Amino acid sequence: MMTIIISTFLLVGCFFALLAAIGVVRMPDIYCRMHSATKAGAFGSALILIAVMLAYPTPRVWVGCLAILFFFYLTAPVAAHLVGRICYRSKLPIWKPKKKK
Amino acid sequence: MFFEILELPEWVLTASQYMLAAAIVLSTIRAIKVPTLLDRIIALDLIAALTMAQCVVLTLVSGFIPYLDIAIAIALISFIATVALVRYLESKDL
Repeated sequence: MMTIIISTFLLVGCFFALLAAIGVVRMPDIYCRMHSATKAGAFGSALILIAVMLAYPTPRVWVGCLAILFFFYLTAPVAAHLVGRICYRSKLPIWKPKKKK
Repeated sequence: MFFEILELPEWVLTASQYMLAAAIVLSTIRAIKVPTLLDRIIALDLIAALTMAQCVVLTLVSGFIPYLDIAIAIALISFIATVALVRYLESKDL
């Protein structure tokens, strides 16, 4: 039973990490790319960390995993905000869908 | 230091490692072919996050716990690198 739960967390987390990379390659706009990289990447990493926490329930592993989660969720929005602000200030073009005529 | 390796199915570990490797390759392609310089920073940030995830999966594969410390170091350094690059680019015209 535990094996199934851990495998599900691991595979879903890796799937979201792959989705983040596909979004970075395929999205049309720098703001969309930043959105894909930060949100999906952080979510996938968090799921993988939860899988490791469930696999080894010892204090050593839990402290390390919680430290990574804390730092990651503290720093990823700050970095994304800095990149978004410099993009907006340097007036990079915002993608708009083409109108059908 | 070494833990007893959990009885996860072999294909789960292999599939997760291959998925993370494919994600790293895709974001490396984006980091090489970029429209603007800021795209490169975003792609490098994503590569750091994926490398961290790969280290965490390696903990699960091998049962060697100190790989988690490498993941902590990568998580901290990637943030500092992103902030330093962006603050440097703010002082220049793009």
